[in-house]
Amino acid sequence: MSRIHVTTTVNGDATEFLCDAEATLLDVLRDELGLTGTKEGCGTGDCGACSVTVDGRLVCSCLMLGAEAEGREITTIEGMAAGDTLHPLQQKFIEMAALQCGICTPGILVAAKSLLERNPDPSEEEVRYWLAGNLCRCTGYDKIIRAVMETAADMRRAS
Amino acid sequence: MVKVLLWGSLADLAGGAREVAVEAATLRELLDGLARDHPGLRPELDRGVSVSIDGRIYNDSWFTPIGPESEVVLLKRLQGG
Amino acid sequence: MALDDTKKTKDFKVVGTRPNRPDGIDKVTGRARFGADMVAPGMLTGRILRSPHAHARILRIDTSKAEALPGVKAVVTRADFGDVPDHVANVIDNCMAGDKALYDGHAVAAVAANSAAVARKALKLIEVEYEVLPHVTDVDAAMKPGAPVLHEGWQQETVPAGYSGNVISRVEFGHGDVEAGLAKADRVVARTYRTGATHQGYIEPHACLATMSADGQGDLWVCTQGHYMVRNVCAAILGMEQGQLRVTASEIGGGFGGKTVVFLEPVALMLAKKSGRPVKMVMSRSEVLRATGPTASTSIDVRIGMKKDGRITAAFAELRYQGGAYPGSPVDMGSMSAFAPYDLENVKTVGWDVVSNRPKAAAYRAPGAPMAAFAVESAIDELARGFGLDPLAVRLMNGAKEGTRASYGPTYPAIGLIATLEAAHTHPHWTAPLGENQGRGVACGFWFNFGGDTCVSLNVTPDGTVTVSEGNPDIGGSRASMTMMAAEELGIPYDQVRTIIADTGSLGQNEVTDGSRVTFAVGLATIEAARAAKREMCKRAAMIWGIDEEAVEWEDGAARPAGPNAGKFPPMTIKEIAAVASNTGGPIAGHHEVTAEGAGVSFGTHMVDVEVDPDTGATRILRYTVFQDAGRAVHPSYVEGQFQGGAVQGIGWALNEEYIYGEDGILQNAGFLDYRIPVASDLPMIDTVILEIPNPGHPYGVRGVGETPIVPPLAAVANAVSAAAGVRMTRLPMSPPRVLAAMQAAKG
Repeated sequence: MSRIHVTTTVNGDATEFLCDAEATLLDVLRDELGLTGTKEGCGTGDCGACSVTVDGRLVCSCLMLGAEAEGREITTIEGMAAGDTLHPLQQKFIEMAALQCGICTPGILVAAKSLLERNPDPSEEEVRYWLAGNLCRCTGYDKIIRAVMETAADMRRAS
Repeated sequence: MVKVLLWGSLADLAGGAREVAVEAATLRELLDGLARDHPGLRPELDRGVSVSIDGRIYNDSWFTPIGPESEVVLLKRLQGG
Repeated sequence: MALDDTKKTKDFKVVGTRPNRPDGIDKVTGRARFGADMVAPGMLTGRILRSPHAHARILRIDTSKAEALPGVKAVVTRADFGDVPDHVANVIDNCMAGDKALYDGHAVAAVAANSAAVARKALKLIEVEYEVLPHVTDVDAAMKPGAPVLHEGWQQETVPAGYSGNVISRVEFGHGDVEAGLAKADRVVARTYRTGATHQGYIEPHACLATMSADGQGDLWVCTQGHYMVRNVCAAILGMEQGQLRVTASEIGGGFGGKTVVFLEPVALMLAKKSGRPVKMVMSRSEVLRATGPTASTSIDVRIGMKKDGRITAAFAELRYQGGAYPGSPVDMGSMSAFAPYDLENVKTVGWDVVSNRPKAAAYRAPGAPMAAFAVESAIDELARGFGLDPLAVRLMNGAKEGTRASYGPTYPAIGLIATLEAAHTHPHWTAPLGENQGRGVACGFWFNFGGDTCVSLNVTPDGTVTVSEGNPDIGGSRASMTMMAAEELGIPYDQVRTIIADTGSLGQNEVTDGSRVTFAVGLATIEAARAAKREMCKRAAMIWGIDEEAVEWEDGAARPAGPNAGKFPPMTIKEIAAVASNTGGPIAGHHEVTAEGAGVSFGTHMVDVEVDPDTGATRILRYTVFQDAGRAVHPSYVEGQFQGGAVQGIGWALNEEYIYGEDGILQNAGFLDYRIPVASDLPMIDTVILEIPNPGHPYGVRGVGETPIVPPLAAVANAVSAAAGVRMTRLPMSPPRVLAAMQAAKG
């Protein structure tokens, strides 16, 4: 079976890869490109651990084929910090203990960043519904929601 | 002699007594003494037990001292998550 | 040197603060390496073939076609493991079926191939001939004579005649005369309660990477709650010496008890052995749900008698837990913990351990206790409300305290139950107004907490900073806690210490991360290791000053003369002592190995407000407050996190989560869409109140906090829903159709 050649952009870098027709974007990111920050929790789009953005849109990378990345701009958790400067959400998650085991954290951060880009002043309810597709089993979500709200407030003050 | 409180169904295997007395100054002597004096308890002892000594729970430490006035209670082996 | 063993709260400089966790940046940037994130050169992909039947005799397995497929490097069945020692016989049987497949999803064969696609294809080429047998998945049905029996001859001597062979053991606890006590009651509630089986639901599926060399050395990278356990169990199954198998714990993406046993690991090692190549295995979500440890489903009879004034006269519970296909449901602990929060003159519990055609139950956070608490706390609530009494006042009246004889036997030392009840009683949540269709529930919970085998090695580097090596996977911030306790004890800043999780080659035996033991036991060992290092540093300072060791004390990160008579020397800091360590006897370290005992039991009280939609039966959680004794909260944010996470898992158990089996014995909801754990939009903030009643068994007073928070919520939510719906709910989960049906039935 011949593999498909794909030219794309990942975290701002021009990237090429070969993938099987049935390989998901998640498989490609993790197994071909070594970007294991994106996690597989279910493979069926129910847990959000594999959240990435494609042309700025939040998607579950387990539900998208690798071949569909052709010509797109993919952003993963590895593209969130600028060098050694963490994104304010990343910093706040650490400061406010918004993670325990950390397996859902990359997906939640990618999703939360996507929310704040659309809505810099979300209500608690908006944050909860936006993140309803990102399962966390450790925290009960309390500190995650607080960290997102507080980051949003900080970013509003800074801008 | 140390008085050892047995749980309900264990008492049936020790001839019905809820409390038995054993000559023991350590946890190991206690467990050995129970097995020796009450052979009916052996299967349960072999499966493993926990022991409460004066309200503190011990699993393994053979040489934990036991005073003659200590409150000693046998418990099912504890397991956590 | 003088060491103060009993620090006062005011003396703490690091403990009780909220520093950033040392693994934080790795975890927010995606750098942290979990089970599935490791690769090895030449690595193969391993996959497992699973039984499509709930109960079937395996007549024949033909792997020849799979072996012949290009790219397949090894195929493994149970026959490859041969005879194993008795203590791991059931373990390997659960990892790879022997004569019978005992549940839907039971592993029957495995392959390793050079790609996942080839591995999947190979599984389809394995021919398994099954003789399908009758099955049973319900606990009450499994106990009845005539039920299909999973294992002949496994029943213990504790089971009386007249029960099916699936009843493995019976246990009884208690004291006093229950029937006489019930006769004195003004009212007796007698009900049967049922709970569904729930899964721990960690987001990271099981994963490992195994290597086995021809000389018998093995290496394993694995997400687990206990890599020493993995080493010991796998070594026994594979006939290896423990020292030859080195296990490294990956970061762990949640466990909650479900990663205290092995599933893939022995199979991966056998595939690696047969293929001579590294083998990586990662479960899918459906495999996690079908074949790894859910908790027991239960059926529980409760009878409790109460006087009009709220005093409980007697309490009885009979608990039936099915723990899946092998003995060992957590019914013993359910039976011991059921009435642990109460001071009772007459109390008895009877527990039955039952097997059925479901995956073997693994531990799940305070294993066995939440279901028992659901039944008991529901009955107490019904009695209190029936008499028009304040449910918290009733619990305060009957609550266990120092000197109370516990229902499971011992007399309690200082405990914190009453403190949590009093905090709940005076909290504004208790008197906040409720609206239409809303109800408030409270419940108490108890957990034992454990200690166990623990090793810590603490090293002072030449520049005077400190490394701590411990052997327990960090499941929720424990590296931060150990770092804090080491810094506290040494009197140096938090950022001068780094804690790592060492592999099995680096430390002695460590008990699994379970029983809420890590902050207690590893913390204790860390403190003792730091004290050993301090003693050594005082000795070095004494040598340099030419005075007696006893004349030197340690304070604020430096050795100092103990008093005016010791001589006038300026303090020597840890950095100054470390810099000349090579001149004063060599590198400086402290280590501590212990079987930690005296963990200190734990209590909590939960309060919850709900609203039940009268048209749909759907429940919404409006407000939730957790009150729990933490002994001493080392890092309060992570204590709060344990309270919040446990409460929400309990909410899921109460409202949504359940293993649903069809008549065919097949699991019908093996995915996160249909096995629905709570999501962010289901919940309000979870408020927490940390009580600190120091544990005398720990140098800083620490108690484990991880498990107790899942014990009260099932009952607290059920009591709130029952109040809101106007009908007593006795079966979990309280899904909307069940609540609606109960409301309609109550209306007539």
